[in-house]
Amino acid sequence: MSIAAEQLPAPRRFDLSARAVAAARHHLLTLFAILALVYLLLPIAVVVAFSFNDPVGRFNFTWGSFTLDNWANPFGFPDLRGAVVLSLEIAALSSIAATILGTLIALALVRYHFRGRGATNLLIFLPMASPEIVMGSSLLTLFLNYSIPLGFATILIAHIMFNISYVVVTVRARLAGHDRHLEEAAMDLFATPWATFYRVTLPLIAPGVLAAGLLAFALSVDDFVITYLVSGSDQTFPLFVWGAARVAVPPQINVIGTMVFAAALVLMFLNIAFQWRRSPKGAA
Amino acid sequence: MNFFHRHRALVPYLLLLPGLAWLALFFVVPMYYLGYTSLQAGDLFSGYTFAWAWDNYSDAFTLYRGHFIRSLEYAGVATLAAFLISYPLAYWIAFRGGRWKNFLLLLVIAPFFVTYLIRTLAWKTILADQGFVVDALRTLHLVGEDGRLLATTTAVVAGITYNFLPFMALPLYVSLEQIDKRLIEAAQDLYASRVKAFLRVTFPLSLPGVFAGTLLTFIPAAGDFINAELLGTPRQLMIGNVIQSQFKEVANYPQAAALSFVLMAGIVIAVLLYARAVGSERVTAGTAA
Repeated sequence: MSIAAEQLPAPRRFDLSARAVAAARHHLLTLFAILALVYLLLPIAVVVAFSFNDPVGRFNFTWGSFTLDNWANPFGFPDLRGAVVLSLEIAALSSIAATILGTLIALALVRYHFRGRGATNLLIFLPMASPEIVMGSSLLTLFLNYSIPLGFATILIAHIMFNISYVVVTVRARLAGHDRHLEEAAMDLFATPWATFYRVTLPLIAPGVLAAGLLAFALSVDDFVITYLVSGSDQTFPLFVWGAARVAVPPQINVIGTMVFAAALVLMFLNIAFQWRRSPKGAA
Repeated sequence: MNFFHRHRALVPYLLLLPGLAWLALFFVVPMYYLGYTSLQAGDLFSGYTFAWAWDNYSDAFTLYRGHFIRSLEYAGVATLAAFLISYPLAYWIAFRGGRWKNFLLLLVIAPFFVTYLIRTLAWKTILADQGFVVDALRTLHLVGEDGRLLATTTAVVAGITYNFLPFMALPLYVSLEQIDKRLIEAAQDLYASRVKAFLRVTFPLSLPGVFAGTLLTFIPAAGDFINAELLGTPRQLMIGNVIQSQFKEVANYPQAAALSFVLMAGIVIAVLLYARAVGSERVTAGTAA
């Protein structure tokens, strides 16, 4: 540390009131942190609670009475099922494609020396640092200038694009911690490059690849801004919510939202449990 | 197989090719078309053609100046608010979290598991005129009898703060968590008060997280239009609202493209100034972490 000795305060005597102040500050911080967590979680509680609401009007904003009807009939609203299905299709396809493309880039970045590394890193970084509305509008201008019809294909193209960077970052973080000598040892023992990849590299990076795939899936399901700009008349689930917000908000939206939340939560817990089991500390 | 042995230098490029080609084609090339479209003239029925139409840009600055300024203001205030809320929270998790750290972190990113639009609609419920928050504020006389929260600037900024808060909290947590606790103990052993140890040791060491969090919050916040649309009124419209309506409702593509281009240029300039002020290595180091 570069704190020069003369900058340090003169030694002070310990006194009780300073300790009392410190204790108060200690609890003040805890109190503040709990309030911040309440702020973060309150809307989630509202989403879950209002999935059991029987709203008075067309908008599910004020509490009417408790009901299970929405859960018994989650797709009981025109176009909702189609929107959810489209979201899942796009998320599945785009996360698989982006995971493959992004993992290959991450392998190149971690395992090889090559010219153009700086430019590659920049190209990976920029999509994560650009506002979605700019990416969405520039893609839309590309499609408009070539008269490409907007719909499934253009949504898929966009989702693969914005997912690649996140996959690269996730897999690279996982790969960087591993010993490349393992692969060199396999090669020395006459494993072919393909066998080395399949038997050594892939098992090592599998958890990172899986995590990246899940992240890509989640980002795809949640994306609104880019999808909205390049979608044409097709509707993903977030687009359905956007359209609904203007005319009617059915409680089924909260049901689907709660389902998505629960699924993500379960996957996160599985991921944590998986890592805990793999780590030497947790294996006891 | 021998191909790979003989041409080992080629392997990284083969690995990079498909992914980078995709990014070049659908991220870099579209930026060119954004600029190209922004200089087109015409109308929707006869079509837009390239005409060096710089008036799209002068219109962007004259007609929509207020929207630009408002976007930067809202994004700035929301970023500051997110920082003030996240820093103590991240600090608390990093230093007091103990074995609950991972679980607490899960709570911080939990909002991301609820679709963006749905969690913003939830704020509409919370801030509603008949909601419990407005009731409480009225009882405490913090707002008038007919005072409201929904459809105000406060609601829009609060919504933006909420939606991007985890982007601020996570980098802060990462940089605080990485600090060697012995450095702080050393400062206190050398008779630095708690406050002084924080200001001279902990906070400077957490700066990469501050820079990364600021950028990750400010950039999406400046382009946001969902919070202004769902929680505000036409008086709170941001530049993102104008861009989306010019594209999707008015179909004035050149104007929309010019606005988008100006927004991007403004953000790039702001980020460069910021990076120059604090040192570019610190910015990228924090973002990479």
